[in-house]
Amino acid sequence: MDIIELTVHELIEKLKNKEITREEIVNAYSNRINEKEADVQAFVTICENVQKQLAQVEQKQIKSELAGIPIGIKDNICTKGIKTTCSSKMLENFIAPYDATVMNKINAEGMINFGKLNMDEFAMGASTEYSYFKKTKNPWNLNRVPGGSSGGSAAAVAAGMVPWALGSDTGGSIRQPASFCGIVGLKPTYGLVSRYGLVAFASSLDQIGTLTKDVEDAAILLNVIAGHDEMDTTSANREKVDYTKSLKKDIKGLRIGVPKEYFGDGINPEVKNAIEKVIAKYKELGAIVEECSLDIADYALATYYIIACAEASSNLGRFDGIRYGYRTKNFENLKDIYRNSRSEGFGSEVKRRIILGTYVLSSGYYDAYYKKAQQVRTLVKNEFAKNFEKYDVLLTPTAPNVAFEIGTKSNNPLEMYLADICTVSINIAGLPGISVPCGVNSEEMPIGFQLIGNHFAEETILNAAYAYEKESKFRENYKPQFKK
Amino acid sequence: MSREDYEVVIGLEVHAELSTKTKIFCSCPTEFGGEPNTHCCPICMAMPGTLPVLNEKVVEYAVKAGLATNCEISRDSKNDRKNYFYPDLPKAYQISQYDKPLCEHGYVEIEKENGEKKKIGLTRIHIEEDAGKLNHDEYAGGSLVDLNRAGVPLIEIVSEPDMRSSEEAEKYLRKIKSILEYIEVSDCKMQEGSLRADVNVSVRKKGDTKLGTRTEMKNMNSFRAIVRGIEYEIRRQIDLIEDGGKIEQETLRWDDVSGKTFSMRDKEDAQDYRYFPEPDLVAIRLSEEYIENIKNSLPELPETRKIRYIEQYHLTEREANLLTASKYLSDLFEKAEKISNNPKAVCNWILSDISRILNEKEMEAEQIPFTGEQLAELVQLIDKGTISSAIAKKVLEELFENPKSPEEIIKEKGWIQISDEGAIKEIVQKVLEANPQSVADYKAGKDKALGFLVGQAMKETKGKANPQMLNKMFVEAMNS
Amino acid sequence: MQVSREEILHIAKLANLNLKEEEVDTYILHLQDILNFANIVNNAPIDGLKETIGAQDTYNVFRKDEIKQSPATKQELLQNAPEQQEGMFKIPKVIN
Repeated sequence: MDIIELTVHELIEKLKNKEITREEIVNAYSNRINEKEADVQAFVTICENVQKQLAQVEQKQIKSELAGIPIGIKDNICTKGIKTTCSSKMLENFIAPYDATVMNKINAEGMINFGKLNMDEFAMGASTEYSYFKKTKNPWNLNRVPGGSSGGSAAAVAAGMVPWALGSDTGGSIRQPASFCGIVGLKPTYGLVSRYGLVAFASSLDQIGTLTKDVEDAAILLNVIAGHDEMDTTSANREKVDYTKSLKKDIKGLRIGVPKEYFGDGINPEVKNAIEKVIAKYKELGAIVEECSLDIADYALATYYIIACAEASSNLGRFDGIRYGYRTKNFENLKDIYRNSRSEGFGSEVKRRIILGTYVLSSGYYDAYYKKAQQVRTLVKNEFAKNFEKYDVLLTPTAPNVAFEIGTKSNNPLEMYLADICTVSINIAGLPGISVPCGVNSEEMPIGFQLIGNHFAEETILNAAYAYEKESKFRENYKPQFKK
Repeated sequence: MSREDYEVVIGLEVHAELSTKTKIFCSCPTEFGGEPNTHCCPICMAMPGTLPVLNEKVVEYAVKAGLATNCEISRDSKNDRKNYFYPDLPKAYQISQYDKPLCEHGYVEIEKENGEKKKIGLTRIHIEEDAGKLNHDEYAGGSLVDLNRAGVPLIEIVSEPDMRSSEEAEKYLRKIKSILEYIEVSDCKMQEGSLRADVNVSVRKKGDTKLGTRTEMKNMNSFRAIVRGIEYEIRRQIDLIEDGGKIEQETLRWDDVSGKTFSMRDKEDAQDYRYFPEPDLVAIRLSEEYIENIKNSLPELPETRKIRYIEQYHLTEREANLLTASKYLSDLFEKAEKISNNPKAVCNWILSDISRILNEKEMEAEQIPFTGEQLAELVQLIDKGTISSAIAKKVLEELFENPKSPEEIIKEKGWIQISDEGAIKEIVQKVLEANPQSVADYKAGKDKALGFLVGQAMKETKGKANPQMLNKMFVEAMNS
Repeated sequence: MQVSREEILHIAKLANLNLKEEEVDTYILHLQDILNFANIVNNAPIDGLKETIGAQDTYNVFRKDEIKQSPATKQELLQNAPEQQEGMFKIPKVIN
C-alpha cells in the first residue's frame, strides 16, 4: 500500500481501522514533495512546519475525521502568516493579516496545509505559464502544461504531492487543469462557497472549488468549504447539505442533455471520441441522453472576457505600492510610485487584461461592451434555464484538447482565451460544473468531460459523476508517468 | 456691464457623515480621532481578498434623509464602483451609487432675510464611503496615510442649480444641516468635516437660458468660507468674462487665508471614473412597508416644531423660526424652558445674548459649551432676584469660557445680588449724601436724576444691588 | 472599432500603467484582436433583455450596525507596508 496513491476517503477508512497513522500520512506526503517537486514545480511556498501543525492538531484533539489530512491551497487564497503571492511579483512577499473563510473551515477540521500552489498570475491564464515564479509541469508529461489557472493545484494532486487541493475557477480555472491532469475538478454554484479571502480576479465569476483524485473526495471537501458566510454578501444562505449522501444513488432515468454546439470543429477528434464513449456508458447505466442546443458558446466567451477584464481592472487597482505589495525603487513622486510599481509588478498578461478592462469601461465604450455583455449574461442564463427544464445535467467536453506543450500558446492571447470555450459559460450563468477524467489520447494525455448542473444542484452532478467514475475505473487504468 | 447684469447660478453637493456606530462596509468604529490606523481592519484597508458588507443603518439613515427632504425613495437601488487612484482611497475605487440612488427628486424650502420663501430642488441623495486622510510631514517632506476615516458612511445630497446668491446657498446649507440634525442621522460637525460641501458656481447674462460654464469649489467646511468663496468666484468669473476671457470648467480649492480660489487638478488628467455596478454587493430593494415604517419613525421636523412653538409658547413667527433653524438651539431652548418654566426669557437669552456671542466668536450653535440645565438655572436666578440681568450677562460670558453651574459661578465671583433691605438702605443713604445736587434736581421734577442715583449705587456695589429695590428706596427717601 | 495609439496611451494612463514604446504596437494588436472577437456581443439576440449584475437574483443582504474587533492587529495591518512612519503609510509628498 502506497499512502500517496490513496484517496482521502480511503485514508479516512484506514485511519479509522488504525491501519495507518496521521504521522505516516504526513511523512509520506512530505517525502513525496521532496521527491517530485523539482520535476513538477507545483508549489510557490512549501510549508516547512507540517510536523508542528500535526502536533497542534493532536494536542487540540480535533474530532474531525479529516484531522491530519494534508491539503494544498491555491496561492490566491489568503492564509494568515503564510505568504499569499497570487504568483505575482506584485505580492512576492505579501503575508495576509487574516485567513480566508475557507481557511478557517479547513483549519477547524485540523487539516494540514502543505503549502501554496502555483497558478497563472492573479488567476489570469489557462496554462500556469503566466506565473511570475515558475512554470508548473504536467505530471503526465513534463513538457506539457498542467492547464490553468489552478495548474499548481491540479499538478500537485495528480503527482500525489497532496491528496487534494483548493483552487479557484473564474472561467474554467479548476475544471480545465483537472481535465489536463486526469483528476476531478469541481466548480460549485456561484455563492455556495464564500469568496472572502480569495484575492479577487472577477468578483461576479470567481468561485473556490476542489481538485481531488475522485468524486467522493470532491463531495467530502465540498462539505467542508460550502456554506453561508456573512462576510460575503454574494454567498447563498441555504440549508447545509451532506454531498456524500447522494453519491451512490442509481442514475436510471437521469436526463442528460448533450449540447451539439460543444462538439463542433474546434474540438479535437480524439476528445470527441472519448466523450462519445462517456455518452455510451451513461446510456448503459440507464440515463436518458439526448442531443440538445445551447447556442451561446461564442457569446459567452466574448462576454466572459469583457466582464472578467472589466472587474479585474477595478479589482487590481488596489495594488498601488502604498499599503502592501511591490513598490518600485524608481520614483520621485506619487505618480511614479503608482505607474512604475504597477508596470514593474504586474506581468504582461495581467497588464493586457487591465488595459482591456479599462478600455471597455471607459467613457464612450461602456454601452457597446460592458452593458451589452451584461445583457448577454441574461441571455446565457435564460438559455441554460431552458435546457434545465428538460435535463438534469448537461454534458460537454471540459476542454477542446488535451494539455499542450509548454510555450506553444502563451504568445497568442486570443488563442489562449479560446481554450476556455467549453467552461466559461458556466461561470457566466453561475452554475456548478465538474470535470471528470474519461480516458487518455494516443499520446497518453488525459481527457476530461464536464457535467453542468442547475444552480445548487451539486448533488445531481456529483451523483452522475460518481456513477460514471465507478464504471470507468480511470484511476485503476491510468497513472501519470512523469514523462520527460 | 456690471454685476447687476449677470445672474448667478449655484448648486451644492453636500457630503454628510452618517452617525452610525460602524463603517459602511465593515464593523470598525466611526468614532472621530484615535491613533492613526487603529479604527481599521483588513476590509477598510482594502487587503486583497476582502469584501464589503453593507451596514443596514446606512440605508435606513439615507432613506430618513430622503423622506425628510421630500424625496421619492427608490424601490430598486444598487451600489456602483467609482474608479480612480488616490492614496486616501485604498481600493482605488469608491463604492458609491451611480444611476440608481436611494432617493431622488426632493426639495427643501428656505426663507431669506427679506422673508421671501423659496424651494430648492434636490436631484438625489446617495450613499457612499468616505476616504482616509493624508497627513503632511513638513519635516521629512512626505505624506502619511491614515485610514481611520476610510469607509465612514456618507450621504451625498445633490441640489439642483436653483440658488441665485451666496445668501441662498448659505440658507440652503443651513436648512440641510438643520434637517439632518433633527432626524439625527449626522452630527453635522463642520469643523470635524462631518458636513462639507462642493459648491458649483456659474454666471450668465440675465435673460440667457443656457447655463454658463461652472467651476466647482471642493470640500468647503464653514458657512463663512462658502459665502466668501461664492462671492469671490462670482467676481472672478464676471471680471474674466468682462475682460473677454473664457471660464474653464475646473475644480477649485478655496484658500481661506488668502481669500482666493486655486485650480486643483492637473488638466492633463481628465477624469474618467469608469462607473460600473459593484459585483461584491447585491441589489437593494425596499418594500412599501419598510419605507412606511421609517416615515412613521421620523421625529418632529423644523417646520412642525416652528408651528408648535408659536402655538404652545406664544413666540412670534420670527422667534420660532430662528430657534428652530438649529436643532441644537431648539433643543437647548426646550430643555431650559422645561426646567425654568419661562419660555419667553429663555428665548430672549438665546436669540439676543447667546446669538450675539456665537457671532462674535464665530461659533456654530453646536459648539455652545454649556447645557440647557445651566441656562435654565441662569434664568431662574434672575427670576428669583438672586442676580440682576446685568450680572446674568457676565455669568453668560463666563458660561462660554468655563461652563459650570451659574450658582457656583456667582458664589465664586461674589456676584450675589444684594436684596437685604438694611444693606440697600445704607447704600441709598450714602449715595444721597454724596449727591445733593441730584437730589435737588429730582425734587425739581427732573426724573432723569433718579436714574443717575441708581447708577451710582450700582457702581458702588459693583452691580450687585437689586435694581428694583434701589429704585423704590430712592423714591421713598427723596419723597419723605 | 479601430484602437488608436492615442487611445491606448490614454487607457494606460487611466490604469496607471506605463507602456514602453515598443510594447504599444503589440498591445494595440492584441487589444484589437480581442475586441474584434468581443464584438460578437453586438450580434447577440439581446433586445429587451435586462442586464445581469451578479450571478444571483438576491436582494438586501445587510450587516447589523455593531462594532467588531478587527481580526488583525494594527501591526499586522501595517506589516506589508513598503514604507511606514508613525503608524501610517508613507508616500512622497502629495501637493493638494
